[in-house]
Amino acid sequence: MGLFRATVGKLRKGLARTREALGGSLRGLLTGRRLDEALIKDLERRLIESDVGVRATRRLIERVREDFRRGVLTQGDEVLSHLRRELVAMWPEADRSLRMNPDGVTVILVTGINGVGKTTSIAKLCKALRDEGHSVLLGACDTFRAGAVRQLEIWAERLGVDVVKGQQGGDPAAVAFDACSAAVARGVDVLILDTAGRLHTQDPLMRQLEKITKVVGRQIEGAPHEVLLVLDATSGQNALRQAEEFSKAAGVTGIFLAKLDGTARGGIVVAIRESVDIPVKFVGIGETPEDVEAFEPEAFVEALLGD
Amino acid sequence: MFERVTEGLSGALRRLSGQGKITEANVREAMDEVRTSLLEADVHYEVVESFCRRVLEDALGREVTKSLKPGQEMIGIVHERLVELLGGPEEAPAGIMRVSPGPTVVMMCGLQGSGKTTTCGKLGAYLKKRGRSVMLAACDLQRPAAVEQLETVARQVSEEMPGGAQVHFYGEPERCAEYGKAVGVAVQVAQRALARARELGVDTLILDTAGRLHIDDALMGELHQMQRVLQPHHIFLVVDAMTGQDAVNSAKAFHARLTVDGVILTKFDSDTRGGAAISVKEVTGAPIRFIGVGEKLGALEEFHADRMAGRILGMGDVVSLVEKAQEEVSEEEARKLEEKMARGEMGMDDFLKQLRTLRRMGPLKQLMGMLPGVGQALKDVHIEDDQLNRVEAMIQSMTPDERARPTIINASRRRRVARGSGTRDQDVSQLVKQFNAINKLTKSMAQMGAAGKVRAVKELGGAGLGGMMPGVEGLPAFRTKGSTKSAPIRQRAKQRKKRRR
Repeated sequence: MGLFRATVGKLRKGLARTREALGGSLRGLLTGRRLDEALIKDLERRLIESDVGVRATRRLIERVREDFRRGVLTQGDEVLSHLRRELVAMWPEADRSLRMNPDGVTVILVTGINGVGKTTSIAKLCKALRDEGHSVLLGACDTFRAGAVRQLEIWAERLGVDVVKGQQGGDPAAVAFDACSAAVARGVDVLILDTAGRLHTQDPLMRQLEKITKVVGRQIEGAPHEVLLVLDATSGQNALRQAEEFSKAAGVTGIFLAKLDGTARGGIVVAIRESVDIPVKFVGIGETPEDVEAFEPEAFVEALLGD
Repeated sequence: MFERVTEGLSGALRRLSGQGKITEANVREAMDEVRTSLLEADVHYEVVESFCRRVLEDALGREVTKSLKPGQEMIGIVHERLVELLGGPEEAPAGIMRVSPGPTVVMMCGLQGSGKTTTCGKLGAYLKKRGRSVMLAACDLQRPAAVEQLETVARQVSEEMPGGAQVHFYGEPERCAEYGKAVGVAVQVAQRALARARELGVDTLILDTAGRLHIDDALMGELHQMQRVLQPHHIFLVVDAMTGQDAVNSAKAFHARLTVDGVILTKFDSDTRGGAAISVKEVTGAPIRFIGVGEKLGALEEFHADRMAGRILGMGDVVSLVEKAQEEVSEEEARKLEEKMARGEMGMDDFLKQLRTLRRMGPLKQLMGMLPGVGQALKDVHIEDDQLNRVEAMIQSMTPDERARPTIINASRRRRVARGSGTRDQDVSQLVKQFNAINKLTKSMAQMGAAGKVRAVKELGGAGLGGMMPGVEGLPAFRTKGSTKSAPIRQRAKQRKKRRR
């Protein structure tokens, strides 16, 4: 997926306001300072404030403190590169491209809780895939929320792709079934399924998601090939629970981190990486369909630390 | 909900209260745990620090360590400070003000995906139920299909929600544009909506606005202009209860451009630890007015700081429960039923009616969480509302005669009912047996004093109602006075065991 090459610049632009808004970044805090207990305390605070989570923060801070006591770390700048190394190492080289089906339609199931930006993220994915020359079909499986199908349709019109839809209030698995048949019949490359936002605590809705997955799998061999969990970059530690529960119900294969263009630093993916191994595949950084990037650990960590 | 905060807090405090004598070191240690659990709950770092500092100062200042019941006193201090943090006990009256001449104008604002449109509908339903007519106006011209969504929601409120008042919708779908374009048009739409609302004599006008980033100057300017032109009586900031540390930044930014006078927390029915609520209140000073607790349009509750603090500390929230019950059952109905019960004439039909009322009040687990002590005991119990479905199915498979006098149900009737409801024979006989036990009890209870009633309900225990719904043995803990002291027996035994260790 050659087009999904992240440019550090674009991600940085997305996060530029972070630093203005919060009066300085970790980099600003550490650069040119002598390391002492007070600075370590400040560091802890900044990490927590980035939603990195108590557990990951403690781990990172303990290492710094230990090295400080042993005299290995004495300067803020050293801490900065130490942190950068530690954080980047959390995402070793891995294949973060979309899993494509070599012999037929690739089915991408997009899911997440209410209001994280599923539909907008789908528009972005759709645009990127089309730019690469893939034909795309959309399936509107959010039959619950008022206006959801229409929202997807408007995006589809703007992007010039077709949507398979069903009845408002109908069975989303039935729409998924129809969408799969249509995708096979038309011979499209990729089918993206939009689903209704659901809280991971609502058992019946999570079971419905399981059902959609099963139905799709029966229609097309190996489908869904990719299950993307959309997470809101502003969300706190609860996103961890979301990752766990959605994985249980639908076997999440990748995370789409949306809304990274606010002042939130998206540190939540660090917290998630600390306990579950789901690759972050994309980041969304704006409102237009062009605003999507592949996740690159270096770029992300640079942006997290600020410059 | 705040369950996770509750766990951490009550764990730390329980350990304190188990000790006859506590030292300053004990208190500090407990506060460290409180601090961690608040941070894990996404309460903002600074808010946590100052909270813990205040509690610690209080505790040491009041010489908690020398008190006779140091644990209890400590819980008292934390409760007091929590109430303060969540909004103070003496807040401005809850609900939506009413101005004359109308309409009262309510404006929503917030980030994308926080739940503004859904909340507009819920607020509409809330007002309709209270006999106030509303108009929902779609001023979100940015998100595709937002206008259609609000229109559908308005229709649902109008057709499906209880209450007699009119529900109107105002929207100009042809004015929608792509994101970032048509900025400012929303202000004109809002003005025309206001004019229309005046014409119709609507009580309250609710303005839905586009979700926007707090750092988007153009769109924030639009909101500011809207406030200047329309002079809303309420401006509510809608906040996702799952927001992390950044909640503070966005809330501050909205508050800087607008006079936000209330916060509505959404998605509160998830297992979020809900710390954002605490932070937002602290930085804006605007009280939390409502909480969204479900997908349904009726799932909006008024927020009460003292009750929420009680819930966080596992002290239960009986007041909210009683209020909920009052909303659903008229006094007349309640009196009639009581008379029937006193005569021992309660039939399965009455029972079914009560069951349905109970279910209308919300998911069982949510209700049980409001009972003192039950919340903690229930945290791992998986209550399936399905169990109640089965009871309903069984009763519905009975003939009117059988419902009135369940004693006539013999083996053959039992088999028919079981087959009709897809249950087993023994399920039916169990239901009948328990029903008879309840009936006998209610009859004798009618002749008892208050103290006897409590005792009798307690004795009913697992054999009665509790047994009917597997996994709901917490029911006997339904006591008249709520405090952490009156935890269910099982839990108290557990605590005692812990202390010995």
